[in-house]
Amino acid sequence: MKKILNLILIIAIQLVWTFSSFAQEDLLSILGEEEEQTQYASASFKTNRIINLHSIENTAAGVLDFKIAHRFGFLNGGLYEMFGLDQASMKLIFDYGITKNLQVGVGRTNFEKIYDGYAKYRFLHQSSGKKNMPISLSYVAGIAVKTEKFADQTRKNYFTSRLYYHHQLLIARKFNNQLTVQLTPSLLHRNLVSSSSEKNDVYSIAVGARQKLTKRIALNAEYIYNLDANQVAASSRNSFSVGFDIETGGHVFQLHFTNSTSMVEKGFIAETVGDWTKGDIHFGFNLSRVFTLVQPKVKL
Amino acid sequence: MKYSLLVLLFAFMLNAQAQEKYFAKDAKVYFLSDTKLEKIEATNNKGVCVIDATTGAMEFSVLIAGFQFEKALMQEHFQENYMEMSKFPKATFKGNIKNFGTIKWAQDGNYEMEVVGKLTLHGVTKDITNKANVAIKSGVPMAISSFEVLCADYNINIPSLVKDKVAKSVKIDIAAKLQKLAK
Repeated sequence: MKKILNLILIIAIQLVWTFSSFAQEDLLSILGEEEEQTQYASASFKTNRIINLHSIENTAAGVLDFKIAHRFGFLNGGLYEMFGLDQASMKLIFDYGITKNLQVGVGRTNFEKIYDGYAKYRFLHQSSGKKNMPISLSYVAGIAVKTEKFADQTRKNYFTSRLYYHHQLLIARKFNNQLTVQLTPSLLHRNLVSSSSEKNDVYSIAVGARQKLTKRIALNAEYIYNLDANQVAASSRNSFSVGFDIETGGHVFQLHFTNSTSMVEKGFIAETVGDWTKGDIHFGFNLSRVFTLVQPKVKL
Repeated sequence: MKYSLLVLLFAFMLNAQAQEKYFAKDAKVYFLSDTKLEKIEATNNKGVCVIDATTGAMEFSVLIAGFQFEKALMQEHFQENYMEMSKFPKATFKGNIKNFGTIKWAQDGNYEMEVVGKLTLHGVTKDITNKANVAIKSGVPMAISSFEVLCADYNINIPSLVKDKVAKSVKIDIAAKLQKLAK
């Protein structure tokens, strides 16, 4: 009887021992449950523009994003115009990240000789994990000054007539690694419009999206819908642009086709005249290069 | 009966020994890709490590998101394009200290360790063997290790456009100040 008891005891001990050595298989688990982290959505777009529109991406704090943007002439100019390459409007853009959520920028375009500036603030940042937030939300406020000589020099012209303002909300969701969709309602205010049939305030809603094709190439598209055609000139059309983002280390090349000539909000929202069906399409590009001006405090 | 008592005693001894575990929750992991054109470095101060001094078993884990770079774009490319963080959020090592018997954890001293095990990175697991060092000073063990990781081994592709700027083999330094696990 004793022998049997002993045997049972030994077996029991051995079992316990085996189990405890099994428990040691996953050593890290003895430190307890891992603290849940918040994962913020990043790289929803390759850069801070979809094509003409601002994207939900912010330039990182202390980083200057310098962009050179071109829009060539209409493709339907044919060989005589080298399919538009004979004409080019260009814009220089300087975007700077003050904090991780606040970005400001200035630009100058030769088309209508416009200077513009804006501030963009991210209020909500899409995240999962400890903190859950389904979307990202940013607000953009901008101003543009058209410095081109007034068309009618005989009438009394005011400086304020040169000013344009815009307010935009960027509402975006990165659905997965490949697809991001952004909705952008805008209010554009024009101090001076070309005829009394137009409205000073132009309300529009835009939809933009990014679909990654490879790790470094993405397909982008954006469409801006004017909520009321009577707000703008009869010749004005909705802006539609489609293009590719190509990332090469420190640069992002955005190559695209668009029916908008202007690269400033007041232009591409309210004064797009190109008609895609007639081939009024501009080839264009944005070339972005980032410079780290303020090194973050990382102890290496 | 005496025999079973002896077995019991033995089991208790084993149990007591099994509690000799050391851990760190703030191990430092340093990453360096050094080429003539560009030096890319990053640190992560949130490495988690457990060493079982009685069996020599050890584990190490680090979150890819925790690597801090000097340039924001480098960090984004590291997470998005190279490590594919959303698919593979962690890098882990699971292995054994071969000569664990020679280390006297209660005594100050310097010990060479030979560590063998499996490194999992970017979803690929490889066997690695590596030298490490543990220096015990006033009862506090400080473990350090340095090794090279070949990007190609872990299916991390470097596009030809940046092949002169990103090293094919990156250097990893690990430093962990260990604490005895209280139980």
